Amino acid sequence: MHIHIHINGEEREFPDGSTVADLLTALGTPRQGVAVALDGEVVRRANWAEVVVPDGARLEILTAVQGG
Amino acid sequence: MIDEGDHLVIGDHKLTSRLIIGTGGAANLSVLERALVASGTELTTVAMRRADAEGGSGVLELLRRLGITLLPNTAGCRSAAEAVLTAQLAREALETDLVKLEVHADDRTLLPDPVETLDAAERLVADGFTVFVYTNDDPVLALRLEEAGCAAVMPLGAPIGTGLGIRNPHNIELIVARASVPIILDAGIGTASDATLAMELGCDAVLLSTAVTRAQDPERMACAMRSAVSAGRLARAAGRIPQRFWAHASSPPR
Repeated sequence: MHIHIHINGEEREFPDGSTVADLLTALGTPRQGVAVALDGEVVRRANWAEVVVPDGARLEILTAVQGG
Repeated sequence: MIDEGDHLVIGDHKLTSRLIIGTGGAANLSVLERALVASGTELTTVAMRRADAEGGSGVLELLRRLGITLLPNTAGCRSAAEAVLTAQLAREALETDLVKLEVHADDRTLLPDPVETLDAAERLVADGFTVFVYTNDDPVLALRLEEAGCAAVMPLGAPIGTGLGIRNPHNIELIVARASVPIILDAGIGTASDATLAMELGCDAVLLSTAVTRAQDPERMACAMRSAVSAGRLARAAGRIPQRFWAHASSPPR
């Protein structure tokens, strides 16, 4: 079974039951200096390995860039 | 040295430099590094954007290596809700409760939206953030933001990136006169004399980016801004002479 997730606006397919941590690993996103919002709520770093991402979820992965 | 120990205290942070630099607009990281070092800044803004697989732009590593404290901003946010989420993500990503709150009304002016800004400020203060708030040069709103619990209030001199200097110096003086939190002149600085004027008007610090990062020689302009802020601070403390209409001889009469 697969689920579809919108990551930073792009639709991607992942195995059913994937956690936030699984997604970050699959995407090759560095763990330091990033934060994750799942459907508009921050997922604390400590919970990345436990939070299962539901089908159709919108995930935003942010990091710091030059600005301001 | 005169005024040694003259620190800027905001929340738990004690800064020797009264020049806060934004990292936006630099041609590359090496130009940015030289400018930051020349400016003597201890606090520097970064923006939050979607991460790609390669990770960040390297700006975090640079600021950590230079020992500069991060001030994440909420630039690009159009509503209080967006700004609050961006601040929460910044806190999670960067492990800091400092945030530069900015909610822009539209892309053409990039002026702060006062209603959304005040709403976001109240929510972020309640959530434990140390809020540096970007605002219009409106003395009434500045006071409201202070009452909302903001740690520093940052009125603009002119719209972001315009380099038009301080368009309404009297409003900045009014804001300073009633404030009990640090006032930081943010946005509009074009050249060194603008930064000096901000400090002469009584601002506690100056925040600028474009004036340095897009100058023909960013490192040299950073150096100029450092001196300008320092000169303005000293002049304010020294107390200027009153302005007179007629001449007033400085040599003794014959």
